[in-house]
Amino acid sequence: MNRDRTLPILGAVMLVVVLAGPLLPQWALFLVTIAIAKGLVALGLMLLLRAGLVSFGQALYYCIGAYTAGSVGRFFNVGDMLVQMIAGAAVAALVAFILGFLLARYRGIFFGLLSLALSMILYGLLVKSEALGSTDGFNVLPSTVLGIRPSEAWVRYVVAAVGCGVALLATALVYRYLRTPLGQLAPAIKDNEIRVEYMGTSVRNAIHAMYVIAAALSGIGGALAATTVGHIDPDMAYWTTSGEFIFITILAGTGSVVAPFLGAAIFGIIHTVAFDLSPNTWQMSLGTALLLLIVFLPDGLWSLFTRRKAA
Amino acid sequence: MAVVLDARDLNKHFGAITAAMNINAAIEQDSVVGLIGTNGAGKTTFINMITGYIKPDTGSIVYQGRDITALSPREITRAGICRSFQIPQLYSSLSVFEHMMMGLGVVLRNAGLGGYFSRGRPNVPGHDAPAEEVAERILKRFGLSGYRDKNAQVLPGGVRKLLDIALTMVAKPTILLLDEPTSGVSAEEKFGIMDMVMSAVKAEGATVLFVEHDMEVVSRFAQRVIAFYDGRIIADAPPEIALTDPEVKRFVVGGALHRLDEQQAAPHA
Amino acid sequence: MDQIPAVIVDGIFYAAWLFVAAVGMTLIYGVMKIVNLTHGSFYALGAYAAASLTGAWLAKGYPPMLSYGVLLGSAVLVSVIVAPLIERGILRFMYAKDEVVIMLITYALFLILEDTIKLIWGVDPYFIAEPYGLLGSFDVGDLSYPTYNLILVGIALAAGIGLTLLLRGTRIGKLLLTVIHDPEVSRAMGINVDRFYLVTFTFGSMLAAIGGAFTAPTVSVVPGLGVEIIVLSFAVVVIGGLGSLPGAALGAVIVGLVRSATIHYAPEVELFVIYFVMALVLAFRPRGLFSLAEPRKI
Repeated sequence: MNRDRTLPILGAVMLVVVLAGPLLPQWALFLVTIAIAKGLVALGLMLLLRAGLVSFGQALYYCIGAYTAGSVGRFFNVGDMLVQMIAGAAVAALVAFILGFLLARYRGIFFGLLSLALSMILYGLLVKSEALGSTDGFNVLPSTVLGIRPSEAWVRYVVAAVGCGVALLATALVYRYLRTPLGQLAPAIKDNEIRVEYMGTSVRNAIHAMYVIAAALSGIGGALAATTVGHIDPDMAYWTTSGEFIFITILAGTGSVVAPFLGAAIFGIIHTVAFDLSPNTWQMSLGTALLLLIVFLPDGLWSLFTRRKAA
Repeated sequence: MAVVLDARDLNKHFGAITAAMNINAAIEQDSVVGLIGTNGAGKTTFINMITGYIKPDTGSIVYQGRDITALSPREITRAGICRSFQIPQLYSSLSVFEHMMMGLGVVLRNAGLGGYFSRGRPNVPGHDAPAEEVAERILKRFGLSGYRDKNAQVLPGGVRKLLDIALTMVAKPTILLLDEPTSGVSAEEKFGIMDMVMSAVKAEGATVLFVEHDMEVVSRFAQRVIAFYDGRIIADAPPEIALTDPEVKRFVVGGALHRLDEQQAAPHA
Repeated sequence: MDQIPAVIVDGIFYAAWLFVAAVGMTLIYGVMKIVNLTHGSFYALGAYAAASLTGAWLAKGYPPMLSYGVLLGSAVLVSVIVAPLIERGILRFMYAKDEVVIMLITYALFLILEDTIKLIWGVDPYFIAEPYGLLGSFDVGDLSYPTYNLILVGIALAAGIGLTLLLRGTRIGKLLLTVIHDPEVSRAMGINVDRFYLVTFTFGSMLAAIGGAFTAPTVSVVPGLGVEIIVLSFAVVVIGGLGSLPGAALGAVIVGLVRSATIHYAPEVELFVIYFVMALVLAFRPRGLFSLAEPRKI
């Protein structure tokens, strides 16, 4: 077995972003940060996808993360983005822990549809919730880090850099998790649950754990997106948002923990370019890309890097 | 010898179908028991009840003095009762070696080793070696080393069968349940498979129950035969007695043994 | 308490609309095992086709009473053109794939169709209110309802009864049940499974388009019209049991009544309650209210 260099590479890329950050224009920093936020959600979806589960409602936890981050500011006047991300992850994980008892019993389209229903419940609640700004949502407090408020010119950079750091840490933890027996169980669960049970371990508990981890990652992503955009609204829970995350995950593939971030970056670029060229056909580009991916590159972009090895 | 597994008065009905009726069987430690019967006679139901996949309507299963009737398959597996399957249950996207590592990973995890914070390569309990070594050892014992990096999907039938059985050995079973270990395997291969399994079991020391349709295999490997018919046990004796029992001959082996008799009577025909 | 009649009447109207919009989804899933997200696109296509064709019809000064025929005709027309294109052109190559993957494929197609609609009809809203007011109104107690609402009830009844009779009483229905049970064996028996799939997909999509077409006079037809209908249809068919015809009817009635009750008594939970019911049903009857047990695996 040759030494896996995933983490050093990801670390190097993030370091480049952090070092080059001051030179990047504001919009590029914004794109990078949003890509990291969505990459975190996709990383969670990837964990589930490895076990054969497609969640059509991961926006639930993205939105929970975002609203938690927003509420921390709105109700407790805390704008620290680290606090926001930790709170977002914690609340998302807690909700997932409770819902996981239900969802871990489902597979295939039923898992997808139930997760979809749950995210739509949140959407329905938020739309009617006056305290949380109903359909308009509300503004998130300007970001601070450890009590320091960066100047207007530097705030995007600081958010991007802190986002990079948190994402790197989260990815390293996931990377380690994927090397434990529990983490390695996912493909086995996808292939044959009966055998997994007869090896002496619980499929349901394993899926429950993955589900909670995926939710926590989405919660961090949501909080990061909230502080980056500065505004949140119920559409973050709508099923089309979940669709976007699925797109990124399929685009990336399950080959590596780095893949989701790459997928999110490419998604961001497609989004920006296609939207600039023709705002009324960008979904079409997205749909066409998804269709082509499923047919010609079912294991995602990452399989382009690993194909050589498999042959 | 000590009784390691005791099935007491098991009954199971699926609607109007009787899958098990008054099943009583005490299995002795280190014995090799053949389960025979026509399709639908209740053999696999018996195995499925022992391993917790289906629950009996009434009756209980006692293993090493402990009632395991209500336990789930994974709890029963953890307690030391492992099974193979009539149709091998493999992971189609994993290699043979990865299969073993997956199983050993679970064993480690169940023993509280190999968790999130553990480092290094702990020894697998019962095998006293790190997982990679144990995997290679078991593969070698089952003659699977040559297939180490092959994907399960491309394995020939006999090899799939062997891998399915080899997977049960990672947990050091006290009782091994083999559901038709030689079905779907060519006539030349079947004794080879059974020899391999039996020598592995002897080396590891386990009680074996195997479901089998091939009476030659049964008479060669079983020390005791339990014959099922219509959800009931109609004979429970050493093979030479059970296989010649008139009821067993009529309901279970009938044709097969009859042909054997003829061959012996008229070797030149 | 005096709101109860209104709750029931509103609930029935809403249920009829839901049933028409959703029954095609359960039909397609039942026969083809496809969770079809393009369903919402067909709903929108039906609405747009109806809005532009009926609009043109009325603008030309043709008899307005016949505009109902134009509504229906435009839904049939648009689905007969687009559905076979999708089924023959793309979906049929995907049947070997996993259910979840096919669902993703229909999601991709949904995205493409969304923008196709924008390209054809633009992003400005369409209004064709005339057919809605034409029939006058009728009274239930002291409440007045547009007679137009009865048309959807009629279509819902016709679709439900028609499909049931078709499946139970005809040779085609029996062949279809064989296809549902085992497409491979049916193929081996000489049944033209491909044609059944084509017809099922077209017909199921047509029902969605009809739902959209007859909704068009009651709303402004705008981009994104089909997005919400997808998850609403999910809720309806999942509550009843995916692939079950009586299930879809029951799901529509449950969702219809629950929604109308919340609108009257607790409007702030209106949206939430539908998905809550869906989640609740899934939690206790994972495969919906009308569903069969799964077979043993080993």
